[in-house]
Amino acid sequence: MTLPGAAGPTGGPSQSSLEVNQPFLALSAISKRYGGVRALDRVDFSCRRGEIHAVLGENGAGKSTLIKIIAGVVPPDDGAIALEGKPVRFAEPAAATAQGIVSVFQELSLLPDLTVADNITLAAPPRRFGLIDARAQRRRAEALLARIGCEDVNPAARIRDLPLSRRQMVEIAKALGKNPRLLVLDEATSALTQADVERIYRLLERLRQEQVAILFISHRMHEVEALADLCSVFRNGRHVRTFAKGALGNDAIVELMIGREISGQYPPKPPPRINPAVLTVEHLRWQDRLKDISLSIGRGEIVGLGGLDGQGQKELLLALFGVLRGLSGTIRVDGRKIAPASPAAAKRSAPGIALIPEDRKTEGLMLAMSVADNLTAAALERIARGPFIDPRKKARVVADGIKRLGIRVGAPEDAVSTLSGGNQQKVVIAKWLMTEPGIILLNDPTRGIDVGTKQELYRLLRELAERGAAILFYSTDYDELIGCCDRVAVMYDGHVVRELAGTEITEQAIVASALALGAAHTGVPEAMA
Amino acid sequence: MKRRVGDLVLWLKQNPGLAGSVVLFAVLYVLYSLAHPKGFSSQVLVQNADEAFSLALLAMAQTLPVLAGGLDLSVGAVMTMVNCLASVLVIGSPLEITLGIVLCLAAGAAFGLGNGIIVVYGRIQPIIATLATAAIALGIALFLRPKPGGKVDEDLSWALTNTLGDFADTYGLFDGGKAAWFEPFAWLPVAAILLLAIIAIVWLPLRRTVTGRTIYAIGSAEGAAFMSGLPIVRAKLAAFTLAGFLAGIGGLFLAIETSSGNADLPQAGAYTLNSIAAVVIGGTSLLGGSGSAIGSVMGALVLRVISFNFRVFDVPPLVQPLVEGLVLLAAVSLAALPVLRVKNMLELFR
Repeated sequence: MTLPGAAGPTGGPSQSSLEVNQPFLALSAISKRYGGVRALDRVDFSCRRGEIHAVLGENGAGKSTLIKIIAGVVPPDDGAIALEGKPVRFAEPAAATAQGIVSVFQELSLLPDLTVADNITLAAPPRRFGLIDARAQRRRAEALLARIGCEDVNPAARIRDLPLSRRQMVEIAKALGKNPRLLVLDEATSALTQADVERIYRLLERLRQEQVAILFISHRMHEVEALADLCSVFRNGRHVRTFAKGALGNDAIVELMIGREISGQYPPKPPPRINPAVLTVEHLRWQDRLKDISLSIGRGEIVGLGGLDGQGQKELLLALFGVLRGLSGTIRVDGRKIAPASPAAAKRSAPGIALIPEDRKTEGLMLAMSVADNLTAAALERIARGPFIDPRKKARVVADGIKRLGIRVGAPEDAVSTLSGGNQQKVVIAKWLMTEPGIILLNDPTRGIDVGTKQELYRLLRELAERGAAILFYSTDYDELIGCCDRVAVMYDGHVVRELAGTEITEQAIVASALALGAAHTGVPEAMA
Repeated sequence: MKRRVGDLVLWLKQNPGLAGSVVLFAVLYVLYSLAHPKGFSSQVLVQNADEAFSLALLAMAQTLPVLAGGLDLSVGAVMTMVNCLASVLVIGSPLEITLGIVLCLAAGAAFGLGNGIIVVYGRIQPIIATLATAAIALGIALFLRPKPGGKVDEDLSWALTNTLGDFADTYGLFDGGKAAWFEPFAWLPVAAILLLAIIAIVWLPLRRTVTGRTIYAIGSAEGAAFMSGLPIVRAKLAAFTLAGFLAGIGGLFLAIETSSGNADLPQAGAYTLNSIAAVVIGGTSLLGGSGSAIGSVMGALVLRVISFNFRVFDVPPLVQPLVEGLVLLAAVSLAALPVLRVKNMLELFR
C-alpha cells in the first residue's frame, strides 16, 4: 500500500485492472473563483470505476465546488475534464447525468409536494403512449426502494410527509434509478439512522463490485474508514494529498485537513459530581411520539440524547421549547413548574431556554438577511431603546458575538447566506447565546459542518456548562455523545430506555441500548458489531 | 384491496381542498335546486352550465401558473380580448366560422405564450408581468370593440348554449338528435360536456407528461427541479401558454353565449380575481406545487352556485357582495381548519 492506484481496490475484481487503471473521470488543473474567493486552485483529481474514493476537507476546502463542477452545476473557470479519456464539458446537470454521473447532494434535491414515486423517476419516468405510466412508475419506485431496504416507504406518500432520514433514502433511491457510472455522495449519510447507514454501506459495496465509480464526501471519519479505498484531502481549494485507506492514521488525516496540530478532538470532561437539577421532566407525553419521558439535567451538565433517529428525541426538544401543543406531564425549571406556550415564552422564562434547531437554513437563519440582523434576532430587546433598535448597541453586541465564536465574515452587513455552513451554524449559536440562556437545547447541531468548527463547538459547549448552563444535546453521531456528554439518555420509541454516565458511555453501550427493544430492526446488530 | 383503501385515504389526505369543494358544491347545489321552482330540470341545468363555463375555464387557466409558483393577472383580460375578437371573426360561412374559432383560440394561446416569454426570458415576476400585459389585452379589446356589439353566428350560439339534443338538431347530427342511442343523453347541457371534454383532453394528459410534472416541480422547489434536470423553461412557457389558451376558450364561449363582444373592463378584473378565489377554494396552494385544475373548476362552480342561491333566495343585490365575501372567507377558512389540529407548531411554517 505505497502508491495509490497501483494497488487494486479492495474487493474489486482484478481481471478488470486495465479498465481500472484508466480513470473514469479525470480533472486537470481545474480552477474556480467566486468573486474574490479562490474556491479551487489548479486541482488535479481523478476517480476510477470500481473504487470508492473519499474526499475529505474542512468546509471551504473546495469539496463542494469540486462536486458541483463534476456534476455540471457550475462550469470551471479553467482546466479540463476528461471522461474515459475524452474531453467533456457539462453545460448543465442533465448533461452530466446523461453520461452516468449522478449526484446526491447535501442539500436535498427532492420536490416536497410530489410523491415518492414521482420524485424517484422524476426526470425520466416510464411512459406509455407518450404519457407517464403511473403503475410502472410505482413498480419501479418500489423496486428501487427495496434495493436499499426501504420497503416501509409508501411510493404514494408525499415527500413533505416523510421524516428527514427517509427523505435521504428516497434521494439515494432516485440516484440509483439513473443507473450511475459515477455516483457522488455529498454528505448523503448525514441525516441517516445507523441502520440506514449500514444499508448504504452494503449498497455501495455492491455498486463497487458492479464497477461503479463512487465519490464519497463525509465528515464522519468512521464512515470513511469503513468504506473508502482511496482518500483525497482538500485544503483551501487545493488538492493536498491522495492516499490509500489505512496509509495514514486519523490524527494525521485531520492534521492534513486543517493544517495544524490538534490535541484531542474533545475537551476533557470534568470529574463526576453532583449537579443540582435545573431542568426536570416528569412523565412527559405527546401524541404517540413521547411516552412517559422522565429526565433531569443539572447545572453545568451536558446530557446527550442518543438512540436511533426518530425515536422522539427531536420532539422532546421541541416540547421543552414550547413548540408542541397537547403535552401532558410536568416540566420543572429550578423546581418551578413551567408550561412554555411558544418559543417566545420559552426564551423569556427564567433562566431562559434556547434551541439550536435541526435545519439552520429554514429554522435557524433568515438567509437573505444580514449576519448582524440574524445575530440579534433572538435578543432584540437587549439592543432596543424603547421601540427602536439602537444602532450603536447593535453594532457592539454583533461585534461581540462574531468575536466570541470566531465567525469568519467579510462584513456584518453581508447576507448570512454568503457564509460557509460551519460559519452559518456559528451565527445560529451566537444568536442564542445573546439571550444568555440557562438551558440550551441542541438538535443535531454538527450536521454537515467541518471538523474544525465541530471542535470549536465542543469546547464552547463545555465552557458554557462550566459557567452553569444546563445542556441537552441530541446528536445522530455517537462519537459526539461519547466525547462530549456527562450523561447520555438513550431513547427508543418515545421512551428513555437507558441513561449512561461516565465510563459507561461507550459506542457498544449506546448501540446496545438503542436496540434493546429493537427486535423489529433486524439486520442491524450483526452489521454493526 | 387493503392497499386500495389505504391509497384512497392517502389521496383524501393529500387533496382535502378538492374533496371539500366537491362536498360544498353538492350541498349548495342541492339547496339551490330544492328552492328553485324548476329545480333539477334540464332547462335550469343548461342555464347554470352556460353561466359557469367561462369562470370554470378561467379557473383552470389560472391553476397552471399558480402551480408553477406564479400568478396570471391577465386571464380575465385575455378572455375579454378574445371575446371581442370572436365578435368580429366568428360569423359568415361555415369555413369562415371555423377559421374564426381557430384564430380566437390561437390568439389566446399566443398571448399566453407572450406572458411566458416575458416571465422566462425577461426574468420578470409573473404577477407584475401579467398586470402589465393584462392592460395591453384590454387595450386590444377596446380597439376591437370601442362599444359593445358585433355578432356571432346564431346557429353556433344556439347550439352551444343549450342541450346536446338542440346541438344535434341544429347541425342535423344523429338523425337530428332523435337516434335511439342518443336520446338518453339529449338533455345534457353542451357547456357541461364541453367542460368535461376540455378537462379530459387538456388537463388529464398534461398531468401525465414530464412538462406537467415539471410545472408542479417548479412550484414545489424550483432549485431542486433545476438540479434534477427537468425542462423548466418549457414547463413555464407551457403553463402560461395553456393559461392563455384556456382563458381564450372562456372568452370565445362568452361571445357565443352573449352573441356579441364587449370590452367590459370591470368584468375582466372581476373574472381574474374570481379565478384566483376559485383556485384557492379548489385546494391549490398559492405557493405552488400542489393542487389541480379539477379542484379549481370545482372552486369556480362553488362561486357560481353561491350567486345562483342569491337569485333563488331573493337576496337583495346590495347585500350580495357582502354575503359573497363572507361565504368565500368561510370556505377558505374551512380549508385551513386542519391547521387547528397541528400539534407541532413548527409544521405551520413548512
